[in-house]
Amino acid sequence: MSTLSFWEYLDSRHRQLLTDAWQHASVVFQCMVVATLAGVAIGVFTYRSGWAGDLATTSTATVLTVPSLAMIGLLIPVAGLGVPPTVIALTLYGLLPIVRNCVVGLRSVDPSLVDAANGIGMSRLTRLVRVELPLAWPPILTGIRVSTQMLMGIAAIAAYASGPGLGNEIFRGIASLGSRNALNQVLAGTLGIIVLALLFDAAYVVVGRLTIPGGIRV
Amino acid sequence: MSESHGASIELENLTKRYPGNAEPSVDDVTMEIRAGETVVLVGPSGCGKSTTLKMINRLIEPSGGRIRIGGEDVTGIDPVRLRRKIGYAIQSSGLFPHMTVAQNIALVPRMTGWPKARIRDRVAEMLDLVGLDPGEFRHRYPRQLSGGQQQRVGVARALAADPPVLLMDEPFGAVDPVTRVHLQDELLRLQRELHRTIVFVTHDFDEAIKLGDRIAVLRECSRIAQFDTPETILTSPADDFVSGFVGAGAALKRLDLSRVRDVEIAGCPTVTVDDPLRTVVDRLRSRGSRPGRPATGGGADELLLLDRSGRPSRWLRREDLTRARGSLTRAGVPVGGTVSHDATLRDALEAVLTDAAGRAVVTGRRGEYAGVVDMATLLDSVRGLLEADRLEALEALEPPHEPEEARTAPTHAEQKGPAGQATA
Repeated sequence: MSTLSFWEYLDSRHRQLLTDAWQHASVVFQCMVVATLAGVAIGVFTYRSGWAGDLATTSTATVLTVPSLAMIGLLIPVAGLGVPPTVIALTLYGLLPIVRNCVVGLRSVDPSLVDAANGIGMSRLTRLVRVELPLAWPPILTGIRVSTQMLMGIAAIAAYASGPGLGNEIFRGIASLGSRNALNQVLAGTLGIIVLALLFDAAYVVVGRLTIPGGIRV
Repeated sequence: MSESHGASIELENLTKRYPGNAEPSVDDVTMEIRAGETVVLVGPSGCGKSTTLKMINRLIEPSGGRIRIGGEDVTGIDPVRLRRKIGYAIQSSGLFPHMTVAQNIALVPRMTGWPKARIRDRVAEMLDLVGLDPGEFRHRYPRQLSGGQQQRVGVARALAADPPVLLMDEPFGAVDPVTRVHLQDELLRLQRELHRTIVFVTHDFDEAIKLGDRIAVLRECSRIAQFDTPETILTSPADDFVSGFVGAGAALKRLDLSRVRDVEIAGCPTVTVDDPLRTVVDRLRSRGSRPGRPATGGGADELLLLDRSGRPSRWLRREDLTRARGSLTRAGVPVGGTVSHDATLRDALEAVLTDAAGRAVVTGRRGEYAGVVDMATLLDSVRGLLEADRLEALEALEPPHEPEEARTAPTHAEQKGPAGQATA
């Protein structure tokens, strides 16, 4: 039996590939939502104090230095196999760029604007919601974009812990190297992830257009 | 809007200490600011004038002392509520770049819960008030405005909720000099309409003279070196620190504080366009043909020609008549600079200096001829004013200051004083 061409392979496996791609996108998206909420919350609570903000960025940076394969491996005894270790690992990795950009963004709001906000009688919460977060939103959104790109790749490793997504395709291919469809499998998984990443990025451009106020859009 | 006025501000032993600093930043400031008055805090950088200002709306919490606004002690009330009743304008406008002009102005009214329709009207009203067309500007973002326009919007935002008190922290510090003059004039006009209590911080003494009803000159730790009207500070600075801050040219600056109406205005021979040519020629000839005087040149044989509504139009000389026979309206030279009764003496001096013959025509409210000022009149008046200021200041001062005052400004009357004491 001759080797299937890549297109033939895609055609014959499209059902499986679409499911994997959907699960991949879904797990990344859900982890990003959690990471964004948690990251912005951490940023908001820590940016005003020097050491807390630094601690938040340093500790999330430390997480990033742990190889993702090792991280998932370490999580298996604690969280078991499948979805839980995947979600935990992705959320932890996703935090860093968001926390850092949130802290930096909030800290770089012009002090005279904070002064003006206080001076015209805004409460702390009003100031945060109406002035500081909107002004810090462009860097936070950049953080979210960077996180998403990163998680796209890391999510592939999740297949190691029997997690969902296109990583399964890649791992299957690597496990059966030399067999007739090994290359197609790896290629399909990798290209699928790239396509997903590009689609997400395009979505973020649209989100940016819609949510960054005209006055500060560059 | 015009029915609401300013509120008085009393600062009582106001002090700010920062932990770790031996010296307080603001040391025991006591000051009473009357309702509807513009008080300028002026002093060198780092003297604590900004800190003092920010303690009034408690952006900086005082370490000691009391603040009363309109008689109410506000030292302990909720600062957020307090600040909504105090307008606040800062350097570089402090507009929020992500909000439109209208959103910026609407902030305080929105926070205090005004109905939407009223806010919309108010935004238009405030833009009108600061001289910006609401239709053109309300939907712009701050970055689409010039520096001067941003500053106007900043003032509009500060005044939007109709606060009785307006605090301004070097609001015109970041704009170019020409725009600054416009903004200052604008503020003076606004204040004539609104009568708010304004506390204004600047390090520019000229700005202080121009804007302040009273000026507080502050030295380090916000200690008040002198708190008085601009006239008094210019003519009798309390000490070397104040006179150093007033700087050179106090007498010139005094010119800004007096108006043409305060000086003696001379008359000059006039004719109107309706006078028969015969009369005009006769009046010029009778002057020009006096023995011993040259027939041409010299200001004496000049007539001021007025138009039908009595406005000055041209200066006429003898030779002009012979040259432009028959038509008075084209003879002579047109009147150059005119000044109104409300012009400052500095403006009058400017007009006199630029006029070829060294005089400026003073006009009344509708531009009608009222008299003429020339260099000699101006000089006499200014000397007189300065003299009067000095005498006034001398009366107000305690005796020990008198000789010192006499030394810095030796005049006949004052020199007699100490000399008389010495011989007695």
